[in-house]
Amino acid sequence: MARMKFLCDADRCIDCNACVTACKNENEVPWGINRRRVVTINDGKPGERSVSMACMHCTDAPCASVCPVKCIYPTEDGIVLHNKDQCIGCGYCFYACPFGAPQYPQVGNFGSRGKMDKCTYCAGGGGPEAPGSAEEYAKYGSNRFGEGKLPMCAEMCSTKSLLAGDGDIIAQLYEERVEKRGYGSGAWGWTTAYHEDVKT
Amino acid sequence: MGSAIAADEGATIADEDQVSAMTAFARICFATLLLMLLGLTAAPALAQKLAPDGAPNPTASVTNQKTLLEQAPRIQGRIDIPDVKASVLMQPMGRTWDYFHEVLLHWGGAVVIVGMVAVLALAYLIMGRLRIEAGRSGQTIVRFKAFERFSHWLTAVSFVLLGLTGLNITFGKVLLRPLVGPDLFSDISEIAKYVHNFTSFAFVTGLALITVLFFRDNLLKKVDIDWVKQGGGFIKSKHAPAGRFNLGEKMVYWLSVVAGIAVSASGFVLLFPFYGTDIADMQIAQVAHAVIAILFIALILGHIYIGTLGMEGAFEAMGTGEVDLNWAREHHDRWLAEKLEAEGRQASATPAE
Repeated sequence: MARMKFLCDADRCIDCNACVTACKNENEVPWGINRRRVVTINDGKPGERSVSMACMHCTDAPCASVCPVKCIYPTEDGIVLHNKDQCIGCGYCFYACPFGAPQYPQVGNFGSRGKMDKCTYCAGGGGPEAPGSAEEYAKYGSNRFGEGKLPMCAEMCSTKSLLAGDGDIIAQLYEERVEKRGYGSGAWGWTTAYHEDVKT
Repeated sequence: MGSAIAADEGATIADEDQVSAMTAFARICFATLLLMLLGLTAAPALAQKLAPDGAPNPTASVTNQKTLLEQAPRIQGRIDIPDVKASVLMQPMGRTWDYFHEVLLHWGGAVVIVGMVAVLALAYLIMGRLRIEAGRSGQTIVRFKAFERFSHWLTAVSFVLLGLTGLNITFGKVLLRPLVGPDLFSDISEIAKYVHNFTSFAFVTGLALITVLFFRDNLLKKVDIDWVKQGGGFIKSKHAPAGRFNLGEKMVYWLSVVAGIAVSASGFVLLFPFYGTDIADMQIAQVAHAVIAILFIALILGHIYIGTLGMEGAFEAMGTGEVDLNWAREHHDRWLAEKLEAEGRQASATPAE
């Protein structure tokens, strides 16, 4: 069984934000919602690195665990999806998420966040909508995964820094890269998300 | 760069040694030796910074996430969008907070609340309902005025609403969701969330009123020590003296004021997320809010018990506002005496039988 993961090779990321744009365009996410973002560490200093981050689709996802209405769950491919019909907008998933993935359409005062939105791995929604339907698209965005395709962000990455796919395969790809070029700053977030790391 | 420093050092040392009449040849030899020594020490460091293809290794100066997380609980950087909280790349504390909420709070909360109910049930089984020993006199005296009762019930009703809707966020998915199904439960929870958020204002108003109205009578007095010495009214052969409020009530008052302020303050932090707070502050606010609320609920369960089931004649005080004279004499003798004196009534006019 494939276990879908993301891996950002920070030594290749050039902070171009094409992944962010690709995500926004593919899923037509509303203003103010950033399912994916690029954070630059040590900006302007030696050792500066940019990391593209979205929902990592964690093993034992803390958002799913903490959700008071249990509307977040992992699929059999390890993709963490949620049902917006059941979401009450309490904001707890954002407090639990190690990667700041959950987004809300409204500011959030007095608990008025609206329905949580996050990266779906371009795999549609976790609600009752038919996969690939217009209803699903309006609520959750694209269902590329159902067509056998990988997330748009990784597909559009100009430097092939952002890898998506089966965890074992992308880990192997990354390990081969590190071996060949002789360096690598690691698979950012993997130990926190998956309780395991790449070998190099 | 290394050689420039070495040359400088060589020159300085040579200048200082002018007196020793060093020859030009010796100077050059000395400088060369120094350069060689520096070169030898610098060479391994330089080699480490090269990748296998001979290019400088770009990760030599990169701090990896393990080191970064050892330095600080979260990794924060710069981001192009104005959303400051999005600049936190990683905060593994989220998993810790999840563990608090799903394990510690679930078990701790259940133990405290079920434990309190068990203690109260045990108290009822052992002591039963505390009766008015002398029986009812049939005459009453005003204990709480209308505005005092309004303040109490404003706080009480909002507290129960806040308590139930708050507990739903933690325990609803375990207790209520299996009964009503996921969709209905989610509808209930969404309404409960808004009820919780807006009832908070009524609670704060009630809390402020209670704090002010009952402040003077809840200041600790000497009679409270006697009250404890006489067993607080729990020993039937002894009479525990008290003013308007006994020490037990005063403790409920002060604990409620402190817990009320703490739970309101942490609640307002949660109500306005990320206003001058970061992710760690929000998590701490939630932990504080939850822990204080659970203890507060346990305290108020005790308060509800003694005010209703636990003691005959107590509920009327907040119900109609008037209590039986014999009840007042048994539980608040000092207050009754003052009150009767102020009203010009004769205590003897109320026979015990």
